[in-house]
Amino acid sequence: MARITLDGIAHSYDSDADPSSYALKPIDHVWTQGRSYALLGPSGCGKTTLLNIISGLVVPSQGRLLFDDKDVTFLPTEQRNIAQVFQFPVIYDTMTVAENLAFPLKNRGLGRAAIKTRVDEISDLLGLTGDLKRRARGLTADAKQKISLGRGLVRSDVAAVLFDEPLTVIDPSLKWELRSKLKAVHRALDVLMIYVTHDQVEALTFADEVVVMKDGRILQIATPTQLFEQPDHTFVGYFIGSPGMNLVDAKIDGAQAQVGEQTIALPARYRKPPPGSSVRLGFRPDYTTLVSNGDLRVRVRKVEDLGRRRLAHVSLGAHDIFATVPHGQSVPAETAGIAIKPERLFVYVNDERVTGEPL
Amino acid sequence: MSIHLQNVSVAIGGEKIIDSVDVALQRGTMNVLLGATLAGKTSLMRLMAGLDQPTIGKILVDGADVTGVPVRKRSVAMVYQQFVNYPSLSVYENIASPLRVAKVKADEVDRRVHEAAKVLGLEPFLKRQPSQLSGGQQQRTAIARALTKRADLVLLDEPLANLDYKLREELREELPRILSQTGATLVYATTEPLEALQLGGNTATLWQGRLIQFGPSSEVYHRPSSIESARVFSDPPLNEIPIVKAGGEVRFGDSQTMSALGTLARIADGNYTVAFRADIVSLRTAWPQSLTFAGDISVVEISGSESFVHVTSPLGTFVCVEPGVTMLQPGHRADVHVDATRVFIFDSAGALVVVDREQ
Repeated sequence: MARITLDGIAHSYDSDADPSSYALKPIDHVWTQGRSYALLGPSGCGKTTLLNIISGLVVPSQGRLLFDDKDVTFLPTEQRNIAQVFQFPVIYDTMTVAENLAFPLKNRGLGRAAIKTRVDEISDLLGLTGDLKRRARGLTADAKQKISLGRGLVRSDVAAVLFDEPLTVIDPSLKWELRSKLKAVHRALDVLMIYVTHDQVEALTFADEVVVMKDGRILQIATPTQLFEQPDHTFVGYFIGSPGMNLVDAKIDGAQAQVGEQTIALPARYRKPPPGSSVRLGFRPDYTTLVSNGDLRVRVRKVEDLGRRRLAHVSLGAHDIFATVPHGQSVPAETAGIAIKPERLFVYVNDERVTGEPL
Repeated sequence: MSIHLQNVSVAIGGEKIIDSVDVALQRGTMNVLLGATLAGKTSLMRLMAGLDQPTIGKILVDGADVTGVPVRKRSVAMVYQQFVNYPSLSVYENIASPLRVAKVKADEVDRRVHEAAKVLGLEPFLKRQPSQLSGGQQQRTAIARALTKRADLVLLDEPLANLDYKLREELREELPRILSQTGATLVYATTEPLEALQLGGNTATLWQGRLIQFGPSSEVYHRPSSIESARVFSDPPLNEIPIVKAGGEVRFGDSQTMSALGTLARIADGNYTVAFRADIVSLRTAWPQSLTFAGDISVVEISGSESFVHVTSPLGTFVCVEPGVTMLQPGHRADVHVDATRVFIFDSAGALVVVDREQ
């Protein structure tokens, strides 16, 4: 098994719906073996619909789903050869941990020795070896979810492992452990993994590539680094990063932008946007520093100490935005400036990032 | 009102789920119950609400014993993790419901509903049904209902846990302001240290049914009385190393010996645990007084505004935080520099060893 192809896949839960209101707008994409992907977006963005199409719980209204070259669009879940891990633990309480892990392999008719080898490998990766002989019933919710993960990962012959918000019920302290375990398992197993979540930290820490979705549409597919450093869409800028990207209305004139009464130099020369379009500058708080003077003047509202860093809440005209206060720097008076890293200052026309001519 | 849990224990089937908790919450204060699942947060709230009775101990409200008084005779409002609203009532009527029960006059109901809706940004949605709202709006409706009742005690049990990550981030910013306007005594349960810091007020760290420490949140964070309290109040997890101090030297674990720097210089000879959070670790530059441990980078997690680098050394695996997108790669060597003036030192019983910071 090598890849999953989404060939013009789209879906509406209402057969009469107009394509613009589809729960999932048409998608063409290929996912490849050994890579990990996250589907990230807010409730109602279509990420679970897409996962359900891949698992076979939903037949798409349009398009084809291919596993390698085989069309599986209409195949039932059990014939798709996938493993799934859900938000809540799905395990057999009366069985031991080892029996739970062995169950998917027994069903496939594997021999006892092969089952033992595989169960040992997975329990070792997930840190379950000490619990193998215990009954699942008495275990905590966290431990049960670990077993669920183990059951999802135990078969080596699956086309893909699908995760539907598997860490939602896990305590913060254990999330650290499970996230790095999942990473280790992925490195060791060379399997295609698809992970659905609304949590940017889980998506970015897990995946090689993240699919950011909103209102049934894919806004950007990119590595975590690209999503953070070069968001293609204002929503990606806002959704990723804590806090999200600063977005301020601007007028663009070549290599200059006007923000309210102020002018800022741009790192490139931009074409004039079509009349009536929304034009905004985007720059992350992480690449914006509070200084005495700077590219733009701002009014400081407050400075928040978040333990690991200090964040200034400032007003730029009518916009409330954020800037970083560098370690050890004193906070300037009420009126101050912000300095923006030029290569991290972007222009968005109708929410899409546009590129300019180098100066 | 003030509420005093006086040496309260709750046992179920012989097992103590609340163990000798004694804490007094002052009128009009924000009090965070911070701890993992099963630490006792919800059980304590149920005692305060009058939903459960303690097996041992008393509950005093404004000095009067209310131990057997049922919930309906107490001035209490609760907000749960699951969004609890009346599905058939409009948002307006949902917020108004406790006032209707209390037979408040119509014009007064109208005034109070609008007041609560304004504070929570729900005014545009008053005519909608809960099912037509996003998760965040539904939970704000539940919070508005709790506030409009003007109860003397408002209990919030992980109110943001079921919200999308981004919404949680935004409501976490807004909530302290909203809640501080109520004048009620507030109790807020969470598993997340950052939430406790942002809410301000006081924090009680809970561990296995016991209240470990209670005090102003930033004080509990910066001066944990015991190793359990520090663990509960750390995310990423607290890094810990057993040490032996002898003369001017400290042996870390079984192997590494360094001269006693920073706080370590001022403790008596003996066995301790040195502990540090990710905030005082640097992978780039040494501190003026650094404890330096060499290791291998085992996992790199890019999460947006921060990257988490896990470094494995003979002394254990440490989680370090880097701002923005890190360039560090797994498999490389790294030096973990810990600020020796800001480490915590716990004695063999787990109690904080208090050392004057400056000499």
